[in-house]
Amino acid sequence: MRKNSFLFLAAVGIVLVLGFLLPWMVRNPFYFFVGYVVLQYVTIATGWNILGGYAGYINFGAAGFFGSGVYLSAFLFTTLGLPLPLCILAAAIFGAILGVLTGYLTLRIQGVYFAIATLGLVVVLETIVHNISALGGASGMAVYGPRPPAWSPGPSQYNFTVMLIIAVASVALARFVEISWIGRGLRAVKASEDAAECSGVPTLRLKLLACALSGAVLAAAGAPYPFYTSYVEPVTAFSLIIGLNAIAMPLIGGTKSWSGPVLGALLLASVQQIATVTISSELNILFVGLVLIAFVAFAPGGLADLFGRKPSGGAKP
Amino acid sequence: MKTRRQFHKLAAATAASLVAPAILGNRVFAQDKPIRIGASVSLTGPLASTKNGLIGYELWRDDVNAAGGLLGRKVELVTYDDQSSAANVPAIYSKLVDVDACDVLFSPYGANLSAPVMPFIKQRDLFMVGMFGLAGNDVAKHDKFFHSGPWGPNSGRDWARGFFDLAKAQGVKKIAIINADLEFSKNAAKGGAEVAKEYGMEIVFNQSYPPNTSDFSAMIRNINAGDPDAIFIASYPADSTAIIRGVKEIGISDKVKLFGGAMIGPQYGALLSSLGPELNGLVNSHTFVPEPTMQTPAIKGFFDRYTPIAVKQGVDPLGYYIPPFYYVAGQIAAAAITGSKSVDPKKMAAFLHANAVDTIAGKIAFNEIGDWKERRVLMVQLRGIKGNDLEQFRSPGRQVILDPPSLKTGDLAAPYNKARAS
Amino acid sequence: MFSIDILLNAIVTGILLGSVYASLALGLAITFGILHIPNIAHPTLVVAGAFFVYTLAQWGLDPIVAAVIGLVPFYVLGLALYLFYSRVFERRGGANVLQSLTLFFGLSLVVEILLVLSFGSELKSVNVSYIGSSLKFGALTVPYRLLIPALLGPVMIAAVWLYLSRTNSGTAIRAVAHEERALSIAGLDPAAVKRHAFGIATATAVVAGAALIMIGPVEPFGGRFQIGRVFAIVVLAGMGSIPGNLVIAIVIGVAEALVASYLNPSWSPGVAFAILLLGLAFRPQGLFGAAR
Repeated sequence: MRKNSFLFLAAVGIVLVLGFLLPWMVRNPFYFFVGYVVLQYVTIATGWNILGGYAGYINFGAAGFFGSGVYLSAFLFTTLGLPLPLCILAAAIFGAILGVLTGYLTLRIQGVYFAIATLGLVVVLETIVHNISALGGASGMAVYGPRPPAWSPGPSQYNFTVMLIIAVASVALARFVEISWIGRGLRAVKASEDAAECSGVPTLRLKLLACALSGAVLAAAGAPYPFYTSYVEPVTAFSLIIGLNAIAMPLIGGTKSWSGPVLGALLLASVQQIATVTISSELNILFVGLVLIAFVAFAPGGLADLFGRKPSGGAKP
Repeated sequence: MKTRRQFHKLAAATAASLVAPAILGNRVFAQDKPIRIGASVSLTGPLASTKNGLIGYELWRDDVNAAGGLLGRKVELVTYDDQSSAANVPAIYSKLVDVDACDVLFSPYGANLSAPVMPFIKQRDLFMVGMFGLAGNDVAKHDKFFHSGPWGPNSGRDWARGFFDLAKAQGVKKIAIINADLEFSKNAAKGGAEVAKEYGMEIVFNQSYPPNTSDFSAMIRNINAGDPDAIFIASYPADSTAIIRGVKEIGISDKVKLFGGAMIGPQYGALLSSLGPELNGLVNSHTFVPEPTMQTPAIKGFFDRYTPIAVKQGVDPLGYYIPPFYYVAGQIAAAAITGSKSVDPKKMAAFLHANAVDTIAGKIAFNEIGDWKERRVLMVQLRGIKGNDLEQFRSPGRQVILDPPSLKTGDLAAPYNKARAS
Repeated sequence: MFSIDILLNAIVTGILLGSVYASLALGLAITFGILHIPNIAHPTLVVAGAFFVYTLAQWGLDPIVAAVIGLVPFYVLGLALYLFYSRVFERRGGANVLQSLTLFFGLSLVVEILLVLSFGSELKSVNVSYIGSSLKFGALTVPYRLLIPALLGPVMIAAVWLYLSRTNSGTAIRAVAHEERALSIAGLDPAAVKRHAFGIATATAVVAGAALIMIGPVEPFGGRFQIGRVFAIVVLAGMGSIPGNLVIAIVIGVAEALVASYLNPSWSPGVAFAILLLGLAFRPQGLFGAAR
């Protein structure tokens, strides 16, 4: 375990250094626009998987958390002029609170109820945003981002680096959860909630913790978005596509380990970005739909299981 | 839906774009290379009904190339599908500029999708023609941005002023305003409320409703309780249908003189034919109708070619609202390129600021932020509609122009209940 | 702006809309409430039903007649769906919630895109003689456009309820959820019973679809806006209580109509969920269900 952790930290270091250097090496800004989107989905998939993959509680409302992060950060930046790192932090805290609230209302009963409640969470949050005039309602809000600091050549490259840092932090968090007592507890919850409860695992508290962490990551993923588009409006901030990808990506990559969502997100988001500039997007959605069905039907463990080293033990549903 | 032919074209464009970065550095000198026009079009998603604009772009490109191109260079159109989502727009425009090396940009449809591009073109100092964005350049104030649509200056407030001018002439004192909770409707209603106040009208009812509302009986009753003389509605196609049906079912007071304003839907063939006579009496905004004051051989020629293509692609066979202005966008770019004899954004913009442009929609002059100097949003009244035949909307007299006065082809028939019954 | 007319009309409109919601939710009450299969594709199937009705209406058929014709193909579609579902999960010995939710999510995307590919993404509506006129009843004005679809709901619900409570095969459906083994001891094949139930649930989608398209235009993605509401109804009704379904649907319909009349229509999309969240927090077993 310790050697693995060392390797992981080394990889994190290399990725971060690359994140600062690449903008100076690759001149064409287009790749940073696309890279931003891919990293955003890496973060979303990772965040979703903390609850969905480890604990087995499906969250249809990733877009609700993401959208709250988007709006909170846009609001704090335009009205109070908070710097970006504080906006991200605030979004993460808000996401955590939102996660705990939703979890507290629904997690005491079966997982299906939680899934349904999260479906509704998106609608409720979007309705609220529509009705708050300080957030621009349906007309949206123009956000002219901060000037990029000297260490970054331009706004798209700056957004890219920021998103990279968030993504790396999220993956590290997910990995920590996975290998610590939290992950062990959550896996026990997933295997059999009653058995876990009986053997003294504090199931509700663990689930709420997972909700909070997952919500925080999902909301943080949305925080830099206003600066990426320079504009936020409710329909895209709470878009179904976000919620859809949040589920599809871990499922395709594999939900058991932190590498699954990362793999799934890198793969699916890149394919989607290429598809946007090549084929019609209806076929794009059809493709996602068919892939979801195919993975559930034929490869429930995701890519990680298909090509994985060892057969997974025990926790099969 | 894209046809297979278009798909191949797109695929070819994408393949070409992979080698395009090589052109990037020396595009100004590449006299024999085609001039590239980049655009994002909403082929899918909630705004997919605007995709017939693409036919306008393509007809323009074919016309220009048939006439030998611009400055002796062929014109090439590079388009991507933004899926009606603002989230896709930044990457698409970066692709168009940084990878495809487009010389001229057309904006996505409407203000919501265009907003993400504005800081980008301002920062890079690029030339762009705006497509139907309400007050699209009022914040960025980019001097190389030009609207193809006839919204006119101060469109955030004045877009629907024609409706209120008509109301004022009718002595309207009390007005009710409702709008869908979507960008365009919301801004139209907000501007409308300001104009109403300016004209000293009392706003007795002002509410927005969520998209996908199917029952308006409660709202119509509440409006009736406010007893207005005019009702300004900013709605989207599904709700436009529901509102018009709701009014028929619940009824409104005979005092209401004007009804309509900014309803999206009664410009499109699908809704015109499905509602048919139920639309009689409605006063609504439009950009083009086949009335004698607007019909010219040029625009008639455009629609003669548009219709067969539209029918084949299964999009709106009338196409009065959006497609001609997509063709106009091309003509604006062409005028700037030929007029300034370059594809340099600075020179192109300087030419357009100094000269008016002849288009199929008439002569257009631009102000300093690229709005048409004169607002030319039409207020038309639908009249004499019989049955659900779509062809009747191609003849004059069905969509009578009430405003602006320069294009007027008839007087308002009021009150609404009387005009509706006729 | 208070007047008794507006209050009365709001309540009546709410009851009518609620009845329509009830028919939208009925299929889910069977699949999710009784069989415990979280079929989130159901609202999309309703939209598919609406398009089926639209297609037949183009040939001049009345939407209600079209819906009755549609019962058979949709029943068969339901059988096929269940067969696929059980094949996928039986091999693994039972479904887990995450996977079945995802399966149906994928299914709903596929159905939506198939609708877009075959009908285009534009709104479709039907024209019937009674659309546009209304029944006047003193201060009450009831549009036929709402009244007739609203009557479909209670009729269909009554039929399904009678079937489930009075017939042997209906009893078998209710039994299969509780005790599969007992059912097979009694000589019935639980898989066949479930398949039959899923078929009925899917068949209700075409009737609900007819109701939907009579009220207003429908587009392929329209199902998404209903998902939340129908789940709220089924869960609050207490999972599988068919009459409870109707009552809750009407409560939600009335609440939405009152919010639209007195507060602001732009708040009404959140109403169903606010009620659901409160319900889950304070009475998780549903208003009409027994504690589990």
